[in-house]
Amino acid sequence: MEKIKVQPLEFEKPIVELEKMLDELEAHSKEHAVDITDEVAQLHQRIRETKQEIYSNLTPWQRVQIVRHPRRPFALDYLKLIATDFTELSGDRLFGNDRALIGGFATINDIKCLVLGQQKGRDTKENLMRNFGCAHPEGYRKALRLMRLADKFKLPIICLIDTPGAYPGVASEQRHVAEAIAVNIREMFQLQVPIIAVVLGEGGSGGALGIGIADKVLILENAYYSVISPEGCAAILWKDAKMAPQAAAALKMTSPDLKELGLVDDVIPEPPGGAHHDWEQAAESLKSAIVRHLEKLQKTDIEKLLDQRYDKFRAFGVFEEEEAAV
Amino acid sequence: MAVFTKPDFKSSTVKSKKKEIPEGLWTKCESCGEVLFNKELQDNQMVCKVCGHHFNIGGHDRLRFLLDPESFEEHDTNLIPVDVLKFTGATSYVDRLKTYQKKTGLNDAVVSGLGKIEGQAVSVAVMDFNFLAATMGSVVGEKIARAIERGTKKKIPVIVICASGGARMHEGMFSLMQMAKTSGALARHAKKGLPYIAVLTNPTMAGVMASFATLGDLIIAEPKAMIGFAGARVIKGTTQADLPKGFQTAEFLLDHGLIDMIVPRQQMRSTLAKTLGYLGGRHTHKS
Repeated sequence: MEKIKVQPLEFEKPIVELEKMLDELEAHSKEHAVDITDEVAQLHQRIRETKQEIYSNLTPWQRVQIVRHPRRPFALDYLKLIATDFTELSGDRLFGNDRALIGGFATINDIKCLVLGQQKGRDTKENLMRNFGCAHPEGYRKALRLMRLADKFKLPIICLIDTPGAYPGVASEQRHVAEAIAVNIREMFQLQVPIIAVVLGEGGSGGALGIGIADKVLILENAYYSVISPEGCAAILWKDAKMAPQAAAALKMTSPDLKELGLVDDVIPEPPGGAHHDWEQAAESLKSAIVRHLEKLQKTDIEKLLDQRYDKFRAFGVFEEEEAAV
Repeated sequence: MAVFTKPDFKSSTVKSKKKEIPEGLWTKCESCGEVLFNKELQDNQMVCKVCGHHFNIGGHDRLRFLLDPESFEEHDTNLIPVDVLKFTGATSYVDRLKTYQKKTGLNDAVVSGLGKIEGQAVSVAVMDFNFLAATMGSVVGEKIARAIERGTKKKIPVIVICASGGARMHEGMFSLMQMAKTSGALARHAKKGLPYIAVLTNPTMAGVMASFATLGDLIIAEPKAMIGFAGARVIKGTTQADLPKGFQTAEFLLDHGLIDMIVPRQQMRSTLAKTLGYLGGRHTHKS
């Protein structure tokens, strides 16, 4: 059985405690040459049960902690594992090259496509460069430039969403981040190539939706997709950011909730405890989902696909419609 | 059921403190403090004659100022918001809806339909900030999407008078998806070569800005309207930087090249009529 190798989260402490006990027991038996086969087996069983208990009953807030784990794989990590080639393309040809939103050609299972992804940094230095995965307008405009390129050369588009949100800053507002997002949303409805969006980690509001219009919207098991961060919601509706766990539950932002509400098409399973426990397994799961959906979409007539794309988003919304309409 | 309802002392004290003048006849300008004769204020489309302050107005008032008399035909009055997530939290969504429905007489924050501006038929939607800060829930998005689709179907221009505090958090992801739905509808309207004008009023923020409010062929703002994506407090909190003078006002946006023009409310109708005249193409015509 694999032991937890990464920094454990608070709710994983009971597992870590048991693993520590197991280590001590094994060390003791080695030192004193006593047979503890039964005890070890029992402990293994207890660890398995504890893991099962914890990982299959994750609260929305625990999932948020999982997707914010410092070892969570990011877009470029996945690309290394799922693509045989990734050729990065840079810049919006207008202002700059936003490293919070990367893009380029990729070959996945022999399918040539264009990939866009919000990219967080692994350490402080990289995070400063990548702005913690919060794109500026130039990021969204680079995305649009590359999507148009894909449209022109008929490459399917894969959008890997992982952002706390578009960057809230003065420069971002001055260069009109709202417009950059809005134009992307509108234009994505008209791109004559299949589009798949996958929420890898954080699906933060408009910043996520700016590359989020797709024929299929998929989400990793522990990822969230929300109109506002749980902290932001708690600060506004509870007047207390510490109520974020309650807000995370109320917003129905987890993958099972979104699937049930019909807001995502498919949930991609993660390794027990989250993708950070086993990058390879998570990548394999992601790859097979992308390939499966892409192969199906590529067989669909493009006009039909565009109509379906429109109808899919057009139908989102729940309200009552009284009779005797005007 | 209670026979007597508790008098609402709280709101009445607030009211009397604010006005300090006989109710019904006069209004004190929120901006310059000038005491204005209500009739005159109404005649001036709720704009202070002294300082030019634009008072917040409801959807029906807006349409009265904007459209040819008797030309408005309201649609989709029968759409009612629901508590889809059974939102549990500090406040109940159902209670909030009831409060604002009672306060405004509206089902939700949009009034929409067909009308005419100086003879030109338009499909119009007005967001009413008085209803839950015109946050964008399913009904708001649906009514705007239908107004756009009505424009596409009838081959007429679409005008949306925007105002919004942002997302309707109580509707979670359904709120976010209204951005997609309305922008998608605009793509189809634009494809037919039809004009769409977005009018930004105080305040227009967040998700509405990152969708239909910034997709206008023309974007026109009212003077001094607060307009932006992220809230000023969030920006300050994130960047720890001082904000430039006039940040996120209509004037700031004009200076940075983000909107076409700033037009006072009293000239909005004639400006819309004039500019629509240039955008007619082969589709629109005076009737």
